[in-house]
Amino acid sequence: MAPTGGHTSSAFDEDLRDLRDLIAEMGERAESAIHEAMRCLVERDIDAAARLVEADQEIDRLEAEAEDRVVQLIALRAPMADDLRDALAALKIAGVVERIADYAKNIARRVKRLPKKGKIEPISLLPQMANMASAMVQDVLVAFVERDSARAKKVSESDDALDDFYDSIFRTLLTFMMENPQNIGPSTSLLFVAKNLERIGDHATNIAEMVYFAATGDRLPDSPERDTP
Amino acid sequence: MIELMEPQTRAAQHLDAPPKIEVRDLDFFYGKSQALKNVALDVPSHAVTAIIGPSGCGKSTLLRTLNRIYEIYPDQRAEGEILIDGQDVLDRRFPLSDLRRRVGMVFQKPTPFATSIRNNVAFALSYYERLSKSEMAERVEDALRQAALWDEVKDKLGASALSLSGGQQQRLCIARTLAVKPDVILLDEPTSALDPISTARIEELIHELRDQFTIVIVTHNMQQAARVSQRTAFFHLGELIEVGDTAQIFTNPRVQRTQDYITGRYG
Repeated sequence: MAPTGGHTSSAFDEDLRDLRDLIAEMGERAESAIHEAMRCLVERDIDAAARLVEADQEIDRLEAEAEDRVVQLIALRAPMADDLRDALAALKIAGVVERIADYAKNIARRVKRLPKKGKIEPISLLPQMANMASAMVQDVLVAFVERDSARAKKVSESDDALDDFYDSIFRTLLTFMMENPQNIGPSTSLLFVAKNLERIGDHATNIAEMVYFAATGDRLPDSPERDTP
Repeated sequence: MIELMEPQTRAAQHLDAPPKIEVRDLDFFYGKSQALKNVALDVPSHAVTAIIGPSGCGKSTLLRTLNRIYEIYPDQRAEGEILIDGQDVLDRRFPLSDLRRRVGMVFQKPTPFATSIRNNVAFALSYYERLSKSEMAERVEDALRQAALWDEVKDKLGASALSLSGGQQQRLCIARTLAVKPDVILLDEPTSALDPISTARIEELIHELRDQFTIVIVTHNMQQAARVSQRTAFFHLGELIEVGDTAQIFTNPRVQRTQDYITGRYG
């Protein structure tokens, strides 16, 4: 059920809009952190990776701010129905986006463990996987801001493709490691990166469920759980 | 795995019992203007049903039909049926005094009689029942205890009811209603003239009474409806728009107009 119009109290509308904007900003930062981490990885840019790890604090700060605003909104505005679901979704989504940014940070941390030179396969495949993961994050946050349950549902459905991608990267890396034990170190690092990206997709799916519930009041029908290696 | 219980499960059990009050095809007119349109509503026993809606939506009118209080005004009339325990109380053959005993009402502003605290409670009792002095004293005490007022007034039962605070006066009015052992209690915005602490005490009282009575409360305060009731009915322009478990109405209403009203988007 879409809201038909503004609240009688326009300050309430502003509060809700500010909260959405804040979550959207967190999402943009998390998304760009994913891209930057991948660039650092591909270019072995250790300095920029260290800066990215530092910058994660800003997302933590935004999460705390989102928490404060939700607590205030509930205390001062006593939101009901879709407004209440929205406020609670914002609170939970802020926490999940913070986790997503942590995965980007983890990827950045891997950069210094990789050999400084030489091509490590399948490093070229990983940015493509990262693009899929960050597109899910972007889509699901647009879905939240626009209360678009159909878009949220689509994001949750796209997680399978990301899982497939992860499976294939996993097998490729395994082959590399079997071919030459010298590959084990760097391949394991890349495996962690791939796993981090796969987890980002899971979190985006998680957000999709929250957005769907906030927008409709109903639960997104469960998709069967998949095991990834 | 632990099954997650719906928070309203306890209330829902009561709600499965046959309804105490069944409103059927109810229309109500103030002269030519229609205030209720084809209302159908079941009120469960041993539960609190809250009636919410903007001013002029018909919620107080509904309360006024449940005990036929409108009858004292010649140009007001109700059409349809209101069954209480299966009997149509709108039927003129249904004795009014019997109805008033079974359906008690408490109003927005406390309405104590200008007499002693004791007499306020004893008055209606002596109308309905022949009681000895000691029986009467017992019944007055019972009612005051049930209304959570006894401890505050037991040493001054002879004092004027008008010397009590607003919150105490309202609890006295509830005691007066309880004294004749009604089945149904109608509360018409019972706390709108009270401070927050008195309001909290009345709400606590409603919570305690709901196991023994069927309570219908009209309130402008949606938080209050959410706090005290198990069922909520939303009225708009004389129509029942939506009725459901209170938790559902306030977290996930099914009708757009309900959602707009409870989220503050109405008007």
